[in-house]
Formats: sequence, structure tokens, C-alpha cells
Amino acid sequence: MSHDQIRAELEAFLDAEFSPDLSLVEWRKRLLAAGWAAPLWPAAYFGRDFSQAEALVVSQVFAERQIVGAAQVGPRRLAAETILAHGTSEQKLRYLPKILTGEHAWCQLFSEPGSGSDLAGASTRAERKADHWLINGQKVWNTSAHHADFGILVARSNWDLPKHQGLSYFLIDMRQPGVEVRPLKQMNGHASFNEVFLTDARVPLDDLVGGEGKGWAVATTTLSIERQGFARGRSQGAPAAASAGRVYEELARELEIDNEPYTWYPQREGRPDLIMQRAQDTGAIENDVVRQEIAKLICLTEAARISANQVSAHQKSGGQGVLPAGSIGKLGASVIARHAAHVHTMISGASAMLSGPDSAADGVIAETLISVPAISIAGGTDEIQRNIIAERVLGMPKEQRMDTGPFRDIPRNGQ
Amino acid sequence: MQTVLSEDQEQFKHVVQRFFDTHSTTTAVRKLAETETGFDPLVWAQLSETLGLPGTHLSEQYGGHGFGPVELGIILEEMGRTLYCGPFFSSAVMAGYALELFGDDAAKIERLPQIADGSIRATLILDDLNHPSRVGGLIKATPAGALTGSAPIVLDGCSADVFIIVAQEDSGLGLFALASKAQGVEVAAQDSIDMTRKVARVTLNQAAGTRVGSVSPQDLNRFWDLTSVALAHEMIGGAARLLDETVEYTKGRYQFGRPIGSFQALKHRCADLLMSLEFAKAATHHAGFCLAANAQETIYPSMAKAMAADCFMDMARAAIQLRGGIGFTWENDTHLWFKRAKCDEVLLGAPYQHRARMIDILQEAQDVA
Repeated sequence: MSHDQIRAELEAFLDAEFSPDLSLVEWRKRLLAAGWAAPLWPAAYFGRDFSQAEALVVSQVFAERQIVGAAQVGPRRLAAETILAHGTSEQKLRYLPKILTGEHAWCQLFSEPGSGSDLAGASTRAERKADHWLINGQKVWNTSAHHADFGILVARSNWDLPKHQGLSYFLIDMRQPGVEVRPLKQMNGHASFNEVFLTDARVPLDDLVGGEGKGWAVATTTLSIERQGFARGRSQGAPAAASAGRVYEELARELEIDNEPYTWYPQREGRPDLIMQRAQDTGAIENDVVRQEIAKLICLTEAARISANQVSAHQKSGGQGVLPAGSIGKLGASVIARHAAHVHTMISGASAMLSGPDSAADGVIAETLISVPAISIAGGTDEIQRNIIAERVLGMPKEQRMDTGPFRDIPRNGQ
Repeated sequence: MQTVLSEDQEQFKHVVQRFFDTHSTTTAVRKLAETETGFDPLVWAQLSETLGLPGTHLSEQYGGHGFGPVELGIILEEMGRTLYCGPFFSSAVMAGYALELFGDDAAKIERLPQIADGSIRATLILDDLNHPSRVGGLIKATPAGALTGSAPIVLDGCSADVFIIVAQEDSGLGLFALASKAQGVEVAAQDSIDMTRKVARVTLNQAAGTRVGSVSPQDLNRFWDLTSVALAHEMIGGAARLLDETVEYTKGRYQFGRPIGSFQALKHRCADLLMSLEFAKAATHHAGFCLAANAQETIYPSMAKAMAADCFMDMARAAIQLRGGIGFTWENDTHLWFKRAKCDEVLLGAPYQHRARMIDILQEAQDVA
């Protein structure tokens, strides 16, 4: 379909179907039925098999007309894309619609107190019973788990196999007695994450994804989607909910809940966007040392932006070859955040101490200074990214492993 | 504006790559480094006559091929990768761009075709190689064209046939041409850290130059941008080669019963180097695309020069460090690139000067807006 045809069909659909007085869910059901909720997805599963360029036309029309799109903020996107890639047909038909309509919120249950970087070392137990899986263990760093209806869960279903082979991937109902969610407060004062305690929680047999023992392959998909998000920055994917009407009011409420864990995320990226203005306002720009550091920061941010553009242009033109895009982008984001915090500190001088009403940019700078450590950890630490780059892109020899053989024999935390 | 190389440009890259892989082996580089002129006339003739490389970026109306900074960058990237020894940068890039940008029409018609076809090897005499604003402090021209003064660093000064000279006039800078063997010209080879690129001091004493153009500050900035980006391409080519070979070395070198490339300390350093290379490459290619697209001044050329220089030097330091003792020997090839990196770092402005220039450009743009 030509871009003009896409635009014409979508405009006609919107003219006929969209009204700001619809409920959010009712509107999204109409979007879903017509394939406009996720145009990149296969036609068999609520999409239109669109290319990136075609989907861009759709988002442009949505933006121009202030149309509310499918729900996509938060971990529900990770769940949706993973189910789309690895789920059974029944799972896709059952779970994807309510993800897109926003009726169901999701969370990610991967990390554990005993397995952070070593995610495949998960020791949450999944036991197969006659008509369900029985889940016991503890998860941590679970964004939005306190609002979630479902979770994507990695748990160990076999302790006698090597660790990557004993994992299975589940879709778990969070609204059950065996699931307890507790907030986890971070060093910057926010509590964006939770701990999740699983005590005899149940998962129906049908909610295993990718087959028993195939959990690591499925989790890898989720993680790569997550990393892309880190490299690209979080897209908000919805128009400003400023217009009047029921659909906008409900969207505003949804976004408030969905975005709450992420209010400080721009700050963990170091806020390089504020540097130049602050340097001019304070006069710090006149200092030759500050000028050098600002120029270094611009080099990094601009090169990261250009590099990402070049990678996507290369991919669009069907280019081959290993592109170190994801991990390099994420490592770059860490370097940028650290350097931006460093320059913000130079610009502030002694007032960098303050976090109250007298602090720079209404506390945003203070929050930046105490939030940047997160970006080098979340979604895979810098050190893990460097391992990935060295081994998968540069082809350097793998680290000698101490964790081969049956999982039950591998030394673990707390033993 | 372009984002990635076109298919034609990729093909051109392969041709150029093959040529320098064949003609600029490390054996050849080492041999030429020991000579006075530092280049092989046969290879120069081939790259000029068969491939027509010196005219790549020069206008068709003056005998060039009418391509631009992107195609020139492709050539220089390969030259940096193989450490090509020869007067390409001095003659085609420095003198060629100077004539193209500063020269009057008659001079371009007379001289550029010979630079483009490689039959004449010219070099540009700039009395300062640090910052465009400092050019003209050492060489003066009388209204009659008598040139007096000295330039401490002239690329390929000992082997060039013709000097193109930027000199201070009563008001502004003028461009002059002079045969290298003319009266009042004294050329003395300078020892350089980098034996693969020859430099000389050129002293002029009432030398009778032909005035061939004028150098406005805007044109000089454009020249600085074009040559800096060309040099940045050479640097990322060199840096990429160093990373490839260093990573290969760590895979084959065994200590403590395992390849040293399996140690995280080395892996992490290589990962950081790859990121720095990817960023420097992105910046350099983008700068080339910007220069090709328009004449407006942006931060990107200086950004490319600063990033490529820091990257090449970091890479060269790591290339030696990761090899350990053998990396510090004369016999090992690494020092050849290390020395090129050091000289490229400061040629046409050190990274700090280019970073300062970036902020100057940003502030000027704001003042205009």
C-alpha cells in the first residue's frame, strides 16, 4: 500500500469511528478490530504486517489528529512482543488484545536477590503438578508489579540440567493469594520497583511460553527488546492528554499510573539537554575548562544520535553484518549520563549540594546527580554490556565458566 | 542529506581498499619510512593514472572528478588503515583544496589539472597548523609578491614540485605559488616522530611568488573543515586497523594457560575502544555528509577531528599496552600507527582546539539567531 493509501484509509476510519466521548477501552477495541492498534504486527494477530516506514505514517496521523493509540507504556510492551514472538496461537489471541486495550497491566519477574547480572542463575522454583505449575521464590526490581494483572516470569523447572536448560518462561496471574508485592525504595527516594514474593503461586499449564526448558531463549527476546528501549530512550507513545473528552481523561489517568515509575528516568540519563542553557544562564560557559567539558558532552550525545541513525538506515536498506548497536548504545548512554552529571556539577559549583527549593531547575539537577548511577546498572550493567560487545561483536574468547553441569551443584548465594 | 554510503560509494571503497592492501603493505611502509622522500613514484603514478585518486574531490571544470568530501574520505580511510606513504594529503588534499577554495580562476585552470592527475606534486605552506586564526603570523608578502618568512612544518616539503603559500599581505591573506627550486627558497628536512609522513622547514627570503588568489576568513574556515574531516577519515581508518589487529593478537596470545583475550580486563578495554571507534566513525562520516551537502558552517567537522584524534590515540596506546613488551619494540608494527596517531592528533589543531571551536561555532550561531 502506498503511504497515501494508508493515510486515506486511516483518516476514513478515524472519521467514522473515533469520538472523544468513547471510553478508552471501547475506542481501543475499535482500533484493534481494524488493525490500527499495532500495524507492525502480523495481520493474523491484530496487526497489518506494516513496515517501519508504513507504521510511521500511522503514528504521524495519530499525532496530527491527537488520536489515542494502543496502550504501550511500561513492561506490557515487553510482554506483548515476547508473546508475539514465542507464544502459542491461543496465548496470542488470549493475552494480546487486553494488553493493547490497556485492560491488563503487566510486570516483568526476572531478577532475583540471588541472580542479577547472572539472570540464568534464577532459583525460583517451578514444579509441574497435575493441572498447573506451582511457583515458589522471590523476584526483585519489578517495575509496576503493584499495578500488574499479569507477569512474565522466568523460573527453574529442572535442577538437574545445566542452568540455561532448566529454565521455563511463564505468564503468571498476579491477582492471586500466592503473590505478594512490596515496594522497594531507591537511593534517589523514589520507589519505582518492587519485590515480589511467590509462595505456592499457581500458573495454568497452558501459560508456559516456548515449551518446558526453553525459558532462556524466550527471556533473551524480552531482554533484547528491553535493551533497545534503553538505547533509544523511552517513547511515550501517546498524544498529550490535554484535549477534552472521556477517552482523554481515561488516558490521562492511565498514563499517570503507567509513567509514575519513570518520572525520574530522564534524570538518570544525565539531562544533557539542560547543559547549554544552564551554562549560559550561570555564565559558566565563559570558563575554558567548562567549555571543553561541554564540547566533550556534545561529541558524545551527537555521536550516539548519529550512530543510531546510521544503524537504522543501514538496517532499513537491508544491510548485513554484525552491528554492535544495542550494547554500544546502552554503554554510550551510561557514559553520556556520567559525563552530563559531571558537567552539571561543574556548572552548579557549591549549590550542587542543595536538593530543596533553592536548588537548580527546581530540584531536577539534584535528582539527576543522585539518579545517574542507575543507568549503568538497570537492564544489564555496563560490565555485562562490555562482555557482550567483546564476545559477540569482537569475537574475543569467552570467560572460563564455573557454572557448567547440573544447576543444583553450582555454588550459589546463601548456601 | 546522506546517512550511509551509497552502493556506488561502497563499490569505490572496495576498489580503493584492494589497491592499498596490495600497494601499501607494512613491508612497503617500513621501506619508504627509511627513505628521504618517503614515497614510491611508481605507486603514486598508478594511483594517479589508473585510479585518478588525486582528482577525486576537485571540480570537473579544473580537471577533477567532481566528487566530494565523502569519496575523498573513503580514500583517506583506506590510506589510514594501510598507513599509505605518499604525497596524497599534502598535494591532493592540502594544496588541492587551497587552490580550489582560494585560487583565482586562471590559477585553477593552470594548476589544478596537474594536481588532479598527479603529474605535479604540490604542497601547501601554512605557517601555522594549529588554528585558522593564527595563519599568516610568520610569512609576509610584499605588494610585489616577494615572500619572506618561515614555516616550520611543511608536509612533503622536500619532495614537492610546487609550493602553494598562504602569506600575510598588507590587508588580509594572499595565496601564492612558487616552484620549490626557486631562488630564495630554502628547504630543510625536519625529523618527525612519524617517519611515514615526511615534513620539512621551508624558509623564504624575498622569494618571488606568483599571486594566485586571496584567502578570506570564511574560506579559510571552510578549508580547515574540509582538511580536518579528510584527516579524521585517515585517523578512523588507522584506529579500525589497530583494533582489528589488537583483538586478533589477544585471541592468539596465551598466558596463564588461556588466551589473554579471555580476561575481562582486556575485553572491557576492547569494548570501550570499539564504542569510541563507532562514535568517532559516526561523527566523521556525518561530518563528510554535512560538508558534501552544504557550505554552512557546523560543529561537525571539528567534532569529527577531535573525536577521531582522541580515538586513534587511545587505540594506539591500547594497541601497545595489550601487546605488552613486544608492542614497545621497533620490530612490531604497532608503533608505526602510534606515531601517525600522535602526529595526526596535532596536525590542523589538537582535540582541545577543535572542541573550543565547536562551542565558538554554537555561540556564533546563537548570536546570529
